[in-house]
Amino acid sequence: MIDKLYTYLQYPFVQRALIVGVLIALCSSLLGVTLVLKRFSFIGDGLSHVAFGAMCVATVVGVSNNMLIILPVTILSAIFLLRGGKHVKIKGDAAIAMISVASMAFGYLIMTVCSTSSNLTGDVCTTLFGSMTILTLRVRSVWICFILSILVITVFILFYNKIFAVTFDEDFAVSAGTNADRYNLLLAVVIAVIIVLAMNLCGSLLVSALIIFPALSAMRIFHSFKSVTIFSAVLSVICAFSGMIISILTGTPVGSTIVAVDTGAFLICYLIGLIVRRD
Amino acid sequence: MPLLQAEDLILGYNSHVIVDRLNFKVEKGDYLCIVGNNGSGKTTLMRTILGLQDPLGGKILFGDGLKKNEIGYLPQQNEIQKDFPASVEEIVLSGCQGRCGLRPFYSSAEKALARENMTKMGIEHLSKKSFFRISGGQKQRVLLARALCATRKVLLLDEPVSGLDPQGTSEMYELIDSLRKEGVTILMISHDIDAALTYSSHILHIGAEVFFGTKDEYLKSRAGKKFLLSKDEEDQ
Ligand SMILES: Nc1ncnc2c1ncn2[C@@H]1O[C@H](COP(=O)(O)OP(=O)(O)O)[C@@H](O)[C@H]1O
Ligand SMILES: [Mg+2]
Repeated sequence: MIDKLYTYLQYPFVQRALIVGVLIALCSSLLGVTLVLKRFSFIGDGLSHVAFGAMCVATVVGVSNNMLIILPVTILSAIFLLRGGKHVKIKGDAAIAMISVASMAFGYLIMTVCSTSSNLTGDVCTTLFGSMTILTLRVRSVWICFILSILVITVFILFYNKIFAVTFDEDFAVSAGTNADRYNLLLAVVIAVIIVLAMNLCGSLLVSALIIFPALSAMRIFHSFKSVTIFSAVLSVICAFSGMIISILTGTPVGSTIVAVDTGAFLICYLIGLIVRRD
Repeated sequence: MPLLQAEDLILGYNSHVIVDRLNFKVEKGDYLCIVGNNGSGKTTLMRTILGLQDPLGGKILFGDGLKKNEIGYLPQQNEIQKDFPASVEEIVLSGCQGRCGLRPFYSSAEKALARENMTKMGIEHLSKKSFFRISGGQKQRVLLARALCATRKVLLLDEPVSGLDPQGTSEMYELIDSLRKEGVTILMISHDIDAALTYSSHILHIGAEVFFGTKDEYLKSRAGKKFLLSKDEEDQ
């Protein structure tokens, strides 16, 4: 077992995959609290479905790198959904439900009608749940993921205090002169980028889990924004890393393995939270 | 020029008028109490003054060098996001956000200001505590400290004592009064007409009958007499 792992870790492409996987996990945990507690939660879910549709189109069109299609489409949808959901809550929700279901349907439809692939079911499954192994990530994608992850982390650190102010109490922030619309827009774009990144790791259906689980786990134990943010980032990295290692060793699909580990971590944090809460 | 002046202000949502043609002004150092029944539009008025929503008509003028973002705000209790992981310290410090502009981090002067306001509100020992695990009265002090980080000029308080026990209530009123004595102009929404009459200098009554004037004028006015009477009946 150890030998097998050791052999694997010798390969540069395995190392690359692990690094990118860890970076993606780190990014996706950063906005977990915002997504869990702010009205952005529904946007997150809707966007992952939009991203599925875009991924199907990209597969059929056969662009050299499908991020080129998925990324802009998802970002534009994020901006659109944010604008739509802003004032009239119910209409916004309906719009999101429509868009996400429609993208799923059209995505699958386009795949079935146009795809020349001999393994259609396999392709769809990969889009939904992520690839069997992360080792199939192409070098170019690895680089794009790497750069985008660094970008997301930088933006998050630079706007950390503003994100807190705007998500905790938007009205107060606005009354004190913070341009909340601008930061909401920024958040929507960053969430879109994170979703597209996370899709590479675990497919569109499991994206939400990767984003939300670490934050939920951290909130069981910690109670300040800073400690929750730091702990969920650390936890997400640990879970993703061990998930990837397990996946390499046992041959299980990488996305579901990571999410399974995340779920286990949540249960542990839940129990710890119960015990600590007594004091 | 008064600090704040409303001219023929019409308040409401989506062209549905709630308060029609409101006129009042607030001078520096005033303590204005806004009273009226539930749903009469008090919170709507505050949100309009803060620029969180637009008036349907009329205007709000700022004078005496007051800028729009120099108004501190204490929201009504239920408007704060529940279960948000946030410590007392983080929340108070976030009151400085408006000063930061594009600067990403808080300066040491801002951190000192936050600490000073926490001390003033008597919540320094709670600074690492979770906001959702402290008492209602302590929460209000935290939000007051945050508002003080944003401004030293005007505070808008939306029902600052709702849900507090009698002791917390009187402590809160004393705290607000001490701020007023330091020169902070106060606009407070209150259900508690007795407190309004004890502490305030001016009363704005909104509802079917609108009144604006000093406390003494209010006691003699029709709106005032009627409101006081109905409150008395409620109490019995
Ligand atoms: N977001 C909103 N959209 C439409 N109507 C609203 C909204 N918020 C409050 N209202 C209505 O405006 C009226 C005044 O509300 P509010 O200002 O909160 O009253 P008060 O604070 O005096 O109790 C109420 O009738 C309420 O139903
Ligand atoms: Mg109200």
